[in-house]
Amino acid sequence: MPEDTPTDDDVTAPTPRRNTAPTATDGPRRTEGSLRTDGGQVAETTPSIQEIPETDTVIEAKDLTVHYGDVQALQPVNVRLPEREVTAIIGPSGCGKSTFLRCLNRMNDMVDAARVGGELRFRGKNVYDEDVDPVALRRRVGMVFQKPNPFPKSIYDNVAYGLKIQGFDGDMDARVEEALRGAALWEEVKGQLDSSGLDLSGGQQQRLCIARAIAPDPEVILMDEPASALDPVATAKVEDLIDELAAQYTVVIVTHNMQQAARISDKTAVFLTGGKLVEFGDTDRIFENPENQRVEDYITGKFG
Amino acid sequence: MSDASGAVDLTRAGSDIPAAKNLAVRAVFFTCALITVLTTFGIIVVLVDGALGFFREETLLGLLSGILGGLLSGGPAEAWAAARSGLGVQVTVREFLFGTDWSPIIRPRSYGVIPLLWGTMIIVVGSALIALPIGTATAIYLSEYADRRVRKVIKPTLEVLAGIPTIVYGFFALSFITPIIQRFFPETGTFNAAAGAIVVGVMIIPMVSSLSEDAMSAVPDDLRNAAYGLGATKFEVSTDVVVPASLSGVLASYILAISRAIGETMAVTLAVGMQPNITLNPLEPIQTMTAYMVQVGISDVSVGSIGYQSLFAVGLVLFVMTLAMNLLSLWVKGRYREAYR
Repeated sequence: MPEDTPTDDDVTAPTPRRNTAPTATDGPRRTEGSLRTDGGQVAETTPSIQEIPETDTVIEAKDLTVHYGDVQALQPVNVRLPEREVTAIIGPSGCGKSTFLRCLNRMNDMVDAARVGGELRFRGKNVYDEDVDPVALRRRVGMVFQKPNPFPKSIYDNVAYGLKIQGFDGDMDARVEEALRGAALWEEVKGQLDSSGLDLSGGQQQRLCIARAIAPDPEVILMDEPASALDPVATAKVEDLIDELAAQYTVVIVTHNMQQAARISDKTAVFLTGGKLVEFGDTDRIFENPENQRVEDYITGKFG
Repeated sequence: MSDASGAVDLTRAGSDIPAAKNLAVRAVFFTCALITVLTTFGIIVVLVDGALGFFREETLLGLLSGILGGLLSGGPAEAWAAARSGLGVQVTVREFLFGTDWSPIIRPRSYGVIPLLWGTMIIVVGSALIALPIGTATAIYLSEYADRRVRKVIKPTLEVLAGIPTIVYGFFALSFITPIIQRFFPETGTFNAAAGAIVVGVMIIPMVSSLSEDAMSAVPDDLRNAAYGLGATKFEVSTDVVVPASLSGVLASYILAISRAIGETMAVTLAVGMQPNITLNPLEPIQTMTAYMVQVGISDVSVGSIGYQSLFAVGLVLFVMTLAMNLLSLWVKGRYREAYR
């Protein structure tokens, strides 16, 4: 295991990131050839892990487990999440998909009883190492939640908050506008930036939360069923948005809506009851020709 | 119960639930609710009437009986005279509210309530300076930082603090706080404003911390998670998200605590002395409105004398102040309530 893998990217000391967004032709960054994996052992638990070249990997789980007290919520997970693609995590209720997502930015730290084992590497650095500050990690791995949760502040302050706490002292107005445009909300709210974020409709609130998440320009955006509390029109808007976000960001989205996963994602990870990652691979292949019988049963609606 | 047609009988006449019992239960509960309303009303009447006796020659009750007596014995002219004399001015409102010398019992008499108000304000400001920051910080700690085991110890301890009789706090001030102050400022007397302010401050910390913590705990975790997800530290989450979102409850706790400090009696009576005194020096003895009322209440001032009547006037001022604080807290609660779901 590459415990001592040299990497130029230390999560404990975030460097200021460029203001301009990378284009899709930027190519993989930072981790060329630095991750080597014992493929045979990994293949036992997740047959299709080798589909992702090491070089495109942003996040890699190695035997990642989570216990809540005595209950094991996540069986050892081994997976690599590719850069600037949308990875959907699907599975029935209680299968551990949200638990897995919350490992990626260490939101599980908030749960007293949660214990995490194994490794979760973000650009090669195990984020569960002793020296990792979860605050620094979360500044690079943003999150959008199931229920729209804007702060009881103005629209502007909502979007600016992430930058503010990171000590950003550049052109805040420009960044706020950029983020709101990125979240396809600018045209609707540009005249009312001072009004409360809570005055918006549910769908607008969720896009505001997405704007808030992308304003500090993170590398990864985690989404925990971001459209499950929205009506179909608002859902469609959020889905379009996710598609656009993938040009700039790595998006990991938990959903229990399989059509949604099929529509918006490039890769799909299927968790099944017991917290086991059963299959991972290209979304098209998973939905058309899953390797695992139980995955096929789940996708075709025989259970779940 | 079915009638011939087979329909279920749900009419009151066919019911086995006695209507009279329902009515009786309702009446008992209503009476209990009425008791508090009537008590409040009675207190207000007594206070206002007594205060009237301080400013005029007669209380409302005395005035009415005088007029009635005059009417019965000598006709309208005498009733008019009784009314005139009863309405004669004893103390002007102006002197009471703006006078700076308070000595209603000892000659030369003067009736300016400002020194008592000043004493109360010293205690309020001093205790607020202690209780509001410490109470708020305690609330933030309990709500955001403390793990469950620590909270399990601290919360009940705070509630014990709130349950200590205030007279005990008074002794604590006299026998513990004042000697410490005297160690640093040897010229400090036995009675001084600082000890009173400190002990009242300690007394109202639980009020601030407990009510504020309730408000902070009611802030939905969604909001905290949103901030944590952006990479906020615990401190940033506390100050940027939790406190603003619970502001109405926190401010209300401040106001109720200040209201308590205004009305606090036994501890300040013991700690600050009985000397109406407009001073900024916390090491001097002062007298609060409440302490004055204790002083007169236990003295041999005769019923109906002006010293006795002054109790009602001062009591009315106190009542108006605490009532205003309570209304303010209601207004703040409505005004700053954040519409989070």
